[in-house]
Amino acid sequence: MSGLAEKNVAITGIGMSNVSRGATKSALALTVDAALEAIADAGLTRAEIDGIATWPGERADGSGFSPVGSAALQDALRLEVGWYAGGGEAPGQYGAVFNAIGAIAAGLCRNVLIFRTMYEATARKTSYANSLLREGQRQAGPFSWYAPYYTYSAALQQALFFNLYVHKSGIRPDQVGQIAVGQRRNAALNPRAIYRTPITLDDYLASPLIATPLRLYDCDVPIDGAVAIIVSRMDVARSLKNPPVRIEAIGSSMRYRNSWTQLDALDTQAQPKVAEMMWSRTDLKPVDVDIAQLYDGFSYHTINWLENCGFCERYGAKDFIEGGRRIALDGDLPVNTGGGALSAGRLHAYGAVHEACTQLWGRGGARQVAGEPRVCATSTAGGPLAGAMLLVRD
Amino acid sequence: MVTRTLPVIDRDNKAFWTWGREGKLAIHRCAKCEYFVHPPVPFCPRCESSDVAPQTVSGRGRVVTFSVNHKPWVPDISAPYVLALVAIEEQDDVRLATNIVGCAAEDVCFDMEVEVVFEAAEDLWIPLFRPVSSA
Repeated sequence: MSGLAEKNVAITGIGMSNVSRGATKSALALTVDAALEAIADAGLTRAEIDGIATWPGERADGSGFSPVGSAALQDALRLEVGWYAGGGEAPGQYGAVFNAIGAIAAGLCRNVLIFRTMYEATARKTSYANSLLREGQRQAGPFSWYAPYYTYSAALQQALFFNLYVHKSGIRPDQVGQIAVGQRRNAALNPRAIYRTPITLDDYLASPLIATPLRLYDCDVPIDGAVAIIVSRMDVARSLKNPPVRIEAIGSSMRYRNSWTQLDALDTQAQPKVAEMMWSRTDLKPVDVDIAQLYDGFSYHTINWLENCGFCERYGAKDFIEGGRRIALDGDLPVNTGGGALSAGRLHAYGAVHEACTQLWGRGGARQVAGEPRVCATSTAGGPLAGAMLLVRD
Repeated sequence: MVTRTLPVIDRDNKAFWTWGREGKLAIHRCAKCEYFVHPPVPFCPRCESSDVAPQTVSGRGRVVTFSVNHKPWVPDISAPYVLALVAIEEQDDVRLATNIVGCAAEDVCFDMEVEVVFEAAEDLWIPLFRPVSSA
């Protein structure tokens, strides 16, 4: 499998801005903070960054979903790059990373600055509260099939998938709640997490129903913040100061109907074939994975990914997470070790990549997983979007 | 209840959003192999025919999945309400997002048999579904 392009790419630096429920800086300023930290962490200079990528690219719609694009950051940092990209049609949020792998393989660049910026906390205070619909405007495109039906939020739309999953798997609320409770326990040990006060299963069960089966604590926390990572060609990576976090394998496929209404399997969503592709590109197996940073836009996504990555069997997640021991920091498979998007804040899968590297480089402080973890499975997105990466520190 | 956000109408989706005026649910169908093509596009992915056009279907279907929404996302919205995906009786992989009406939110269940009803909105007719038994 040595000919696979991702095996010639590694993460070499990470950066994170201040993350808050209301920033004192602009979205671009936060992005600059994260980018400069990542460049310095890799031991590089601005002049050595020759590629930029982000997902989903700039959306100047006031929603805060993606207020900063590649061009804005390029100009703010006056970077001179051989290649850049930012677009939403990709295997979820990791599309930016997968594009960068291709660009490096094509010889267009060697050190790519990848970032994701969210400004949703401020957006919800200053503009409109709901990110999916805008009053008085007709809706075009794929979402037009949902628009007339009061589908104001991703929570309601994705609850359709989760409710079917509950119906088929028989998972109980007290089992689902282990995700939110466990991640909050991890967040208590993460000084950069948004919510650090522990919650109990009773707190979870008492939290308001948003849209069945989702409760408030199943939902990620909108924040203002930015994450940046540097991915480098392997020969460059080996010359830099951090041990390379190699991209061992990726799952990027679209071998299913990519539609929020017509996707083939509603309860597993798009994830199984994407995870299958990732495992087909490595000799490693699920049993070789030390830690997992699995997408948690909603806690059910994490539950879905546990099954779809093969950490447990289909509809076996309820038993896998029962009691929360296996997924705890000292469990068989520590999951979302920094608190995840549910407690540390919605950095939209790039918080997960940042945490993966934090753990693989042994920088986790009070939340550091013991035994020097080497292999981390990461995954992103739900519904018809899915992407997966296996990260390895040699 | 607040005003529904309406779709932009184009050549492909016009029948779906307007045939409700005559009480008809329109789904594109291939004239050659009879496959229903949804979302509508004048190409059949099964037999590659371009002879695909809107056709009236029975309007009956089943609730594939649903969620009872409790959160009032906007002022004046009346919660709880039900968002669902309904598969049409004729073909299970044609799923329509919709609201279930004509029964209490807590009475909606998986595989419930439903039938279409239309709600006028500006120049469009929005397909909604109600339990068959409430007809």
